[in-house]
Amino acid sequence: MLRRRVIPCLDVANGRVVKGTNFVDLVDEGDPPELAERYAREGADELVFLDITAAPEGRGTLLDIVERTARRAFVPLTVGGGVRSVDDMRDVLRAGADKVGLNTRAVADPELVTRCAARFGSQAVVVAIDARALAAPDPAIPSGFEVVVNGGRLPMGLDAVAWAVRAVELGAGELLVTSIDRDGTKSGFDTDLLRAITTRVPVPVIASGGAAGPDDFVAAIRDGGADAVLAASIFHRSEYTIAQVKAVMAAAGLPVRTLDQEATA
Amino acid sequence: MAPAAPRVVVVDYGAGNLVSIEQALTAAGARVSRAVTGDDIDGPDLLVVPGVGAAAPAMDRLREGGFLGPIRAWIEADRPFLGICLGLQLLYEGSDEDGAQTLGILPGRTVRLEGAPTLPHIGWNQVVRRWSHPAFAGIADDADFYFVHSFVGQPDGPSADALILADTEHGSRFASAVARGRLLGVQFHPERSGSNGLRLIANVVAAARAAAPSLA
Repeated sequence: MLRRRVIPCLDVANGRVVKGTNFVDLVDEGDPPELAERYAREGADELVFLDITAAPEGRGTLLDIVERTARRAFVPLTVGGGVRSVDDMRDVLRAGADKVGLNTRAVADPELVTRCAARFGSQAVVVAIDARALAAPDPAIPSGFEVVVNGGRLPMGLDAVAWAVRAVELGAGELLVTSIDRDGTKSGFDTDLLRAITTRVPVPVIASGGAAGPDDFVAAIRDGGADAVLAASIFHRSEYTIAQVKAVMAAAGLPVRTLDQEATA
Repeated sequence: MAPAAPRVVVVDYGAGNLVSIEQALTAAGARVSRAVTGDDIDGPDLLVVPGVGAAAPAMDRLREGGFLGPIRAWIEADRPFLGICLGLQLLYEGSDEDGAQTLGILPGRTVRLEGAPTLPHIGWNQVVRRWSHPAFAGIADDADFYFVHSFVGQPDGPSADALILADTEHGSRFASAVARGRLLGVQFHPERSGSNGLRLIANVVAAARAAAPSLA
């Protein structure tokens, strides 16, 4: 049976793992390759590496750090931030990424999703959607969730659920859905946002933004319909281990991968 | 005197991440080089064809690199071979993904996963073995490995059952590992499957060394 994944996220700025509240006030949390190795050893099912300053600074991904990170972790690595073309995606895959996340650039150039999927397959294309709830109803955004880009700085006037459906039609093989309202706030995942998207798309959805503890992971899957759950600060600060989160998920009846049946290499 | 490290050639045809497979092979004690043309397959102990993505562009690149003949000859001579994901799918006769005609070394076609609750099939899933095989020595009979794919090779014909080494379920049951002689093909990614995957790769490298003509 397919396991529900627990994915630590490495938000990388200037070559260091950082974490801030609502994408600002960044705090240094460590070295990307070191953290990647530690999380892989502790049972991370996958890792996400987001170069969060690439898009705002208008530059490409930090390929040397991607490669050092990929060499240290024998679990899948998704890299996002700064991918602006099929050639950029090729370079990031060749540096050791298994999947590439497209966010800001996909909103500006949706056909980029199609071009990347045609070249590398849909399974390698993750469209990352940062969304926030509208303060007041807007007929242009019927779901009530709006897409924001550039690291959560810029609202696009685009309905997040409609964009999710379109991204999959264009060729996305997976969606990484982040609630900007919840990100870094430890108030739990936005299961309404997740549910609105997971009921509309056939591809796996990774929930992101707001994890405070293991119960939130269970809720993102059970109530939000997510296939995988991503978190950063609760792991970086050792508030919970991956094993503790998975134990709670398993007790709630969710299939998880545990390390007790692993081979010794 | 310590025996020379087994030499492994990884076929580089532009189909994604080679860093992780090279790193895993190196961790298993192999000396690894990349083949960018068929001529670079210069008698190693093990040939690895990795890859993700669609069949047609991959076949075009293999053809342009002059790989088709050398890969066929290698497998026909029953030399140690590991095909991973697309590198396994390409061994079948053709792919429903884009209608591509593929190598036709294994009987059957690459088809879309049937009845899958989510597609692509992404994540860790159980690989349930039908029979014992040295590549899986020391690995649990239903161990988790990492998958990322929408299509899968489906063996058919009289030899299909003998070919299927392991099955996995995602909506329906599919062949997640096949083996014939010294050929091993896996739909999952051992290079991304933590310690189970590293163990499998170490087993494959060790078996290739044992199969080397100089030691036969």
